[in-house]
Amino acid sequence: MTTSKKQAPDTAPVKKQRSQWAEVWHRLRKNKGAMVGLTIVVILIFIALFSGVFLDYETDVIGVNTAERLQPPSAQHIMGTDEYGRDIFCRILYGTKYSLSVGVVAVIIALLIGVTLGAVAGYAGGPTEEVIMRVTDIFSSVPNMLMALVVVAALGQSMFNLMLAIGITSVPQFVRITRAAVLTVKTQEYVEAARAIGLRSYRIIFSHILPNCLSPIIVQTTLRVASAIISASSLSFLGLGIPAPNPEWGAMLSAGRRFIRDYSYMTLFPGLAIMITVLSLNLVGDGLRDALDPRLKD
Amino acid sequence: MNGVNDDIVLQVEDLTVYYELEEETVKAVNNISFSLKRGETIGLVGETGAGKTTTALALLRLVPDPPGVIKSGTITVCGNDMLSLPVQKLESIRGKDISMIFQDPMTSLNPVFKVVDQIAESLEIHEKLSKTEAHEKALDMLETVGISRSRGGEYPHQFSGGMKQRVGIAIALACSPQLLIADEPTTALDVTIQAQVLDLIKDLKDKNGTSVIMITHDLGIVAEICDQVAVMYAGHIVEHGSLDEVFNHTLHPYTEGLFNSLPNINDRKSELKPIPGLMPDPTNLPEGCAFAPRCEYATEACKTVQPALHTVDGTHKVACLRYDETDFHINRGKKHG
Amino acid sequence: MYRYVLKRFVLLIPVLLGVSFLVYFILDLAPGDAVDVLAPDDATQEDRERMREELGLNRPLIVRYLDYMSDLVRGDMGESYLSGQPVWDSFIEKAPNTLLLGFASLVVSVGLSLPLGIYSANRHGTWKDNLSMVLALLGLSMPNFWLGLLLMLLFSLRLGLLPSGGADGFASLILPAITIGTGMMATLTRTTRSSMLDVIRQDYLRTARAKGVSERVVIRKHALKNALIPIITIIGTQLGGILGGAVLTESVFSWPGVGRLIVDSLNSRDTPMVTGAIIMTTMFFSVVLLLVDLVYAFVDPRIKAQYATKKGGKSDDNKQKASA
Repeated sequence: MTTSKKQAPDTAPVKKQRSQWAEVWHRLRKNKGAMVGLTIVVILIFIALFSGVFLDYETDVIGVNTAERLQPPSAQHIMGTDEYGRDIFCRILYGTKYSLSVGVVAVIIALLIGVTLGAVAGYAGGPTEEVIMRVTDIFSSVPNMLMALVVVAALGQSMFNLMLAIGITSVPQFVRITRAAVLTVKTQEYVEAARAIGLRSYRIIFSHILPNCLSPIIVQTTLRVASAIISASSLSFLGLGIPAPNPEWGAMLSAGRRFIRDYSYMTLFPGLAIMITVLSLNLVGDGLRDALDPRLKD
Repeated sequence: MNGVNDDIVLQVEDLTVYYELEEETVKAVNNISFSLKRGETIGLVGETGAGKTTTALALLRLVPDPPGVIKSGTITVCGNDMLSLPVQKLESIRGKDISMIFQDPMTSLNPVFKVVDQIAESLEIHEKLSKTEAHEKALDMLETVGISRSRGGEYPHQFSGGMKQRVGIAIALACSPQLLIADEPTTALDVTIQAQVLDLIKDLKDKNGTSVIMITHDLGIVAEICDQVAVMYAGHIVEHGSLDEVFNHTLHPYTEGLFNSLPNINDRKSELKPIPGLMPDPTNLPEGCAFAPRCEYATEACKTVQPALHTVDGTHKVACLRYDETDFHINRGKKHG
Repeated sequence: MYRYVLKRFVLLIPVLLGVSFLVYFILDLAPGDAVDVLAPDDATQEDRERMREELGLNRPLIVRYLDYMSDLVRGDMGESYLSGQPVWDSFIEKAPNTLLLGFASLVVSVGLSLPLGIYSANRHGTWKDNLSMVLALLGLSMPNFWLGLLLMLLFSLRLGLLPSGGADGFASLILPAITIGTGMMATLTRTTRSSMLDVIRQDYLRTARAKGVSERVVIRKHALKNALIPIITIIGTQLGGILGGAVLTESVFSWPGVGRLIVDSLNSRDTPMVTGAIIMTTMFFSVVLLLVDLVYAFVDPRIKAQYATKKGGKSDDNKQKASA
């Protein structure tokens, strides 16, 4: 008898049958941190989608009002106003859509390229795999931040280029995990069976292999959106991301920085917005990891 | 149990160990008692999950805590009350007076240290040897277990399973302990290697007069090296006696079942008779005798009353209600008696 | 082993060529070229074409790249558009500052995250463990430059304890190093914890305890050396984060390093400077990654042995392929 067997009793009574995803959701719901994170993410998505309805871009977001410049937080402007008299709270709300969309689109770009390359590499093997993996290695030996700087420098400063730059830096990660997952799944019998009945390679990859590698990809996607948001705000902070006067959080921080000595709230609130967003996504990502693979949970 | 006796190396009384998990409690070891004299070997026999390893770990106070809790009992090793010793004293006994060979040699050696250093470590701790002296003695130890000194500088991954287990034995015996616990030391090994490792343990125990607790499910090993036998089932000792008593005058139906499920080399045509059913879930032991659901002799009373271990004859003890009936005997007993 | 190390360095050459080509290639996509900057405003289209020819800008990309690299090997990366100074000199002048900052951040993060991770793992499931994991997650979620600004606000502007910028001795190193170190610390603490939790359950620790090894030594010697293996891998992957963090943190604290050089050159469209600094940094980074890889081999005897007997590190993949 070994004690480890005791600690993980597999004699648990047969639970009510649930589908795999219902089971994941059930486990996720028990994770308080993940649920808090998920709630905040849902609220943020709501703000991103509807801030344009409550706020008028021309007046509320970029409208200059010199009479009210640099006012500290008050009942009227709960986060104060900036050097042009713009309400920081309104700008932060409106800025949600920049951060979320850059994060999401960048990761979708990375996901599409990375998963495809990874699946092909893992499935095809041989020289194809060798080439894909070597190129991936080279891409990942350039530090992410530098890579993003290079791409923005080459393509110029725009929202889409920012997404592309950050997306490219996340590609290697997706190639690797997809390839690793495919290599594991590839040898399973159901794949052998699909091949035996003569299914085409791409069909085997998309309908038999990828669905079974979803867990690590989902987790990675969530966590990557979080880090993409940080990268985007970093580039904007350096003046290489979304240009002024758009209320991108990193750009707002960068502007507030000049007034940090006397008007520190201008630096405080946009940073807080980034942190809460990223933290929520990280909480959801961590929760998903535990929920998708309970064995990994300590 | 002759009261105070210097010859008694180990005394276990009423030991109970539970694993208290969030949702349930695993009753791994329940009220077991036994003792061991100098140079004597006891076999702890039973299926996987019977509580043998937990018993062994409890003797070293190494039951993983949490979730393991030693609920009650006393363990005396060479006069030390193991359960109340301060940790520092405990560490000075582990590896010196009492040591253990583990079941799985593949995972029991630290992969990042040289084997000689892993043997030398206990010498440095307990015999206060210098690094070089300990190293030298560790190489001697390696030679004793049949591995060339030149391989001391290698790492565990460079060794085969059998050799790893030899290293495990060298570690356990480095400080010539008075009590050695061997937890299924051969289970993970090839059959041919099993015999070699077993012979090695036997030789070393005879040479040093070490007392041994041999944990196994292999009755052949028991017959070969044990003086006493304790048969465990679902955390209870169900039969306990000398080798002769348990083997030749078997009392408990479970012990009988173990013998019946062995192939008989003298009667190749006889059918194997495995014990029907499975061991009960240790989180939910039956109210009465734990073996009752699988026992061909069980009565209604067996399902509700828990049998206590009592002496039948000399040192021979059994926990079975049916022996309250004076003329009860099991089939095997009939054959031999 | 030495032959192996040598071989790894030889194998590094294609990687260096790969990363430098990648950077050169992407930067070449940028609209405009040297002629747009160098040519006088009244130059005609023909003048410009002639200049391109003279500068060799109309040659194929690969030829220009090889030309660039052969100059680079000789320490010539062209001149800055802005200052007219050799790019090489500017880079060499700033590099030690970034190295110093990176090293200090590494010391901060490793020095704090190892003890914290081990502490958490040993108290797995308690409120102390939960608290440090929440803190680690907070650290992970905080933008580096924001943390830097907050630290600056508190320690230099409000309390006046530390300088808010520049590279003036040890005091000016503290805040930037903490800023970068914290970001890396979050990941490293989490890795240390989970890696220790993994190791703590291993049978060989029970063997050590059964030998009479004290709990302190079991953790610090037997467990830690095993747990270090994944930790070193993560340190390797985090070094890129240190460089990225340096780009931002150097801008926040006006630290005269390579990161700030790159950002300033990007903002002033100083292409030779950007190209040179980024290519040098990425190549240097590849060398560092190789060194981490070698350290890894020294900690794990299984890997060391593999190196001694086999050709490459890809054997596992091949095995998997063979069984497929």
